[in-house]
Amino acid sequence: MKVLTIALNTFKEAIRDRILYLILFISIFFIVFSKVLSMMTVGDELKVIKDVGLASISLFGVFMAILIGTNLVYKEIDKRTIYTLLSKPIHRYEFLLGKFLGLNITLLVMIIIMSIVFFGLILLHNSKFEAKFLIAILLIYIELAIITAISILFSSFTTPILSSVFTFSLFLIGHFSKNFKFFIMKTKAPIGKLLIKILYYILPNLEKFNIKTEVVHNLPIKSDFVIYSLVYGIFYALAILFLSALIFHKRDFI
Amino acid sequence: MNALEIRELYKSFKTGFIPRKKEILKGISLSVKKGNIYGYLGPNGAGKTTTIKTILGLIFPDKGEIKIFGKNHLDIKAKQKIGFLPENPYFYDYLTAYEFLNFYARLSNSNRKDNSKKINDLLNLVGLSAHSNLQLRKFSRGMLQRIGIAQALISDPELVILDEPLSGLDPIGRKEIRDVILRLRNEGKTIFFSSHILQDIEMICDQVGIIINGKIISEGRLEDLISEEILYTEVTVSGVAEKELRNFGETVISKGGKILLKIYKQEKIDDIIAFIVSKKGKIHSLIPRTYTLEDIFLGAVKRK
Ligand SMILES: Nc1ncnc2c1ncn2[C@@H]1O[C@H](COP(=O)(O)OP(=O)(O)OP(=O)(O)O)[C@@H](O)[C@H]1O
Ligand SMILES: [Mg+2]
Repeated sequence: MKVLTIALNTFKEAIRDRILYLILFISIFFIVFSKVLSMMTVGDELKVIKDVGLASISLFGVFMAILIGTNLVYKEIDKRTIYTLLSKPIHRYEFLLGKFLGLNITLLVMIIIMSIVFFGLILLHNSKFEAKFLIAILLIYIELAIITAISILFSSFTTPILSSVFTFSLFLIGHFSKNFKFFIMKTKAPIGKLLIKILYYILPNLEKFNIKTEVVHNLPIKSDFVIYSLVYGIFYALAILFLSALIFHKRDFI
Repeated sequence: MNALEIRELYKSFKTGFIPRKKEILKGISLSVKKGNIYGYLGPNGAGKTTTIKTILGLIFPDKGEIKIFGKNHLDIKAKQKIGFLPENPYFYDYLTAYEFLNFYARLSNSNRKDNSKKINDLLNLVGLSAHSNLQLRKFSRGMLQRIGIAQALISDPELVILDEPLSGLDPIGRKEIRDVILRLRNEGKTIFFSSHILQDIEMICDQVGIIINGKIISEGRLEDLISEEILYTEVTVSGVAEKELRNFGETVISKGGKILLKIYKQEKIDDIIAFIVSKKGKIHSLIPRTYTLEDIFLGAVKRK
């Protein structure tokens, strides 16, 4: 109950951020712009719309997640609103959970708005609604939840700018972590091999949430892959949150 | 059982690029009796806020023990009994006064049903009923202080901890908040508040603790700390020459024909009155000064 109260307040605060709307506006611009792009290309126009649309939702969603994730926890500490909050009978982890939930509600609303524009465009193009796009967007949303958790982790001990840089770096690395397998094969020294292996398992494997190519090009999507990705994503986000709570639990609010 | 009991509290901060330990609290012990108003007095930087943050569990002590109604201060059940106003409070400025109190009411577990009545009562108590739908960003400094106090009282706490509740208020505001504090005591609540203003503490406190440089240098019931004993008497006279008064006491100032004297010996008072009357001079005022909190305070600060 208290977690939900904090979540709703976080949502209220998040949707006041003008930069969030700027990002939303740009993302919608790109989604709509894909229509113009599609008219200039030869070949399947619909594919361009789908491709650019999904990529926009994913990329600008990440920007939003990093923006609000790194700002809203930090702000609470920086502006010292956390003093009165934590003096109430709540646990510190409840505060973090509430923040996380509130940020995810915000992102959900943003994703829904972007998706409506995206689907609207597809329908305008005389194409029918396909459920597999919903699955692709759901996976994007789970990825955003991970990004949010990582932003919260960083902002529980550093400034928004540094947290943004760290989180965005992890986002990039997370999409290349497949290539780690290649590095593991190439590395000769056993210690090096082990280190890279550990990194591979610790770092988020964000390609698990990317089925854009499959969806756009009508390739088959395995349902167990989707389920595995969902479970992996939820547990990864929870693990990161748990880590943040550990850091939060013992820190001084000065 | 004491409402608040602090034993041997130590806290240091690491500061600087190359971290150096700086001791802020050096073994604070104090106890606040249930139903009392406790004034926590100390100069700027003495460690009042640090003590209070430790009580609230916002920072963790290096050593020491804090009990709230016999329970460990980090216990949720202990926190349920506390209301807290931070120093220079910052709040969510996008909320209205009503929404703000409603948010904290929900976090404090209080019964949903009578939240609305409770909020309106509190807004009334701190004199903000007319602004219940105003966003906090439009509040003045003193209004924020008031809404902060309302926030501290939202859960009907048994122990109210206020960090400088009277700062930023005009004289009328100070009086109103002092009255609120007195009223809370009459309802059986315990109040712990910090201040560096002696008059506020002298006016309403039952118990006083003086902290200087991280140590409690004096603690007890107000009437035990300050005595009724007259230290000296200040007399203002005119119509006589300054040098004629040398025998009675020391001259503090002499301006515009008026002379202010400090007289230490009680028997000299009658003498000076007789003398002035005989010289056809005038006595403007005669004020006996007792031992006040200020004397304890200034004496202690000087000794440091
Ligand atoms: N986070 C911190 N890091 C280092 N030093 C600190 C920190 N917080 C407080 N201090 C130091 O601790 C001392 C006590 O500070 P505190 O805020 O408790 O004083 P105070 O008694 O509340 O003073 P005031 O009347 O000005 O509010 C000060 O010297 C301050 O510089
Ligand atoms: Mg202070």
